Amino acid sequence: MVDELGTGGRRPLARLLTRIENGDPSVRPLLPELFAAGRGAHVIGITGPPGSGKSTLVNALIGEWRRRGRRVGILAVDPSSPYTRGAILGDRIRMMDHAADRDVFMRSMASRGELGGVAATTWIAAAALDAAGYDPVLIETVGAGQSEVEVARLAETTVVVEVPEMGDEVQAIKAGLLEVADIIAVNKGDRPGADRAARQLRAMLSTAGGRVERKPPPVMVTTATTGEGVAALADAIDAHRSQARSPLAAQERAASQVRRALADLAARRAASDASWGATVQSVADRELDPLTAAERLLGG
Amino acid sequence: MSSDTPIRILIAKPGLDGHDRGAKVLARGLRDEGFEVIYTGLRQTPEMIADAAEQEDVDVVGLSILSGAHMALLPKTVQLLRERGMDDVLVAAGGIIPDADVVKLKEVGVAEIFGPGTSIGEIARYFREHVRRA
Repeated sequence: MVDELGTGGRRPLARLLTRIENGDPSVRPLLPELFAAGRGAHVIGITGPPGSGKSTLVNALIGEWRRRGRRVGILAVDPSSPYTRGAILGDRIRMMDHAADRDVFMRSMASRGELGGVAATTWIAAAALDAAGYDPVLIETVGAGQSEVEVARLAETTVVVEVPEMGDEVQAIKAGLLEVADIIAVNKGDRPGADRAARQLRAMLSTAGGRVERKPPPVMVTTATTGEGVAALADAIDAHRSQARSPLAAQERAASQVRRALADLAARRAASDASWGATVQSVADRELDPLTAAERLLGG
Repeated sequence: MSSDTPIRILIAKPGLDGHDRGAKVLARGLRDEGFEVIYTGLRQTPEMIADAAEQEDVDVVGLSILSGAHMALLPKTVQLLRERGMDDVLVAAGGIIPDADVVKLKEVGVAEIFGPGTSIGEIARYFREHVRRA
């Protein structure tokens, strides 16, 4: 199955991605092989508020990397309805320039209940694109507010896309989305105030300490619709790759991924425990607090 | 595959007509019916549609067409999907299509054609009943 990915057409990959998204039980035994087959693709997260131009910027970046001879994989996540589970996945509209290019593989994913900006299975999907020989692999998140930072766990390089009207200096020093940025792109650079917004961001971020041993992220101005600044952004992303692979950065990311897997695993095991229903009921009846309930489920 | 995963549908407008109101209303309506709707926008060639459908591994391809070019574009799209091995994907069309053409389109593999006035509920029900999943 996994060796088919490297050589086969798009169909085996597309089918595998469906099984991954659906949490099909046949995927679990493939995971070790999938990771072993990975060729070390540069995994890049693209995040930012709705309408900041993420998809258009991704479209322009695909063009740039294609000119550099890279095969590009894209996972574009849009939100699922919390009520109907339905979704409109509209990121393709901006990426149709590359629809017929055999060296670009683009897949839309619904977030399916996850609130962190990506789907629970996006990391496995990224591994599948890597195993299929796409490098870089881009993950475009749901339009993010201030705290949908999950993508930074998956991506080696996180690009936060902002617009000139992002707000004042205080926005730039708030915790959250901007903090996980390895690179900030102030998009819609043809609008008034873009350079000023970039200057403000640079000034505020250079005074912030943030994570240890971390330089302030470069702030670039792009205009995705014309391609202005896109080559420089691609250069900055490519340059960040080695930084992202320093032992410290790699370890930090790995720890974060294992923690997340551990939480998911514990939740799944507990949910299949025979005492799940009764324990939840005692919390509903206010006989137990949620933490004690969780401890009992894990212990039992 | 478990049956409670959302049905994935690609909605596309093949050819050169710029009227996408219907396609957008349908996309929104199917979202509310619990479908995952991949909307690709206007002016798509059959190749672009087939390539997108293949990568997205959709259950349904819904083609909205009002330009009158359906006899050229719809059979071509079906053919390209089949060439890509998507034998079980359901292809449906909506728009202004004369009855005589409906018969011919069904012969070449368009499963159903929804004319003006069809409710979203009817369309959703049809897809739920007819989607084949491997």
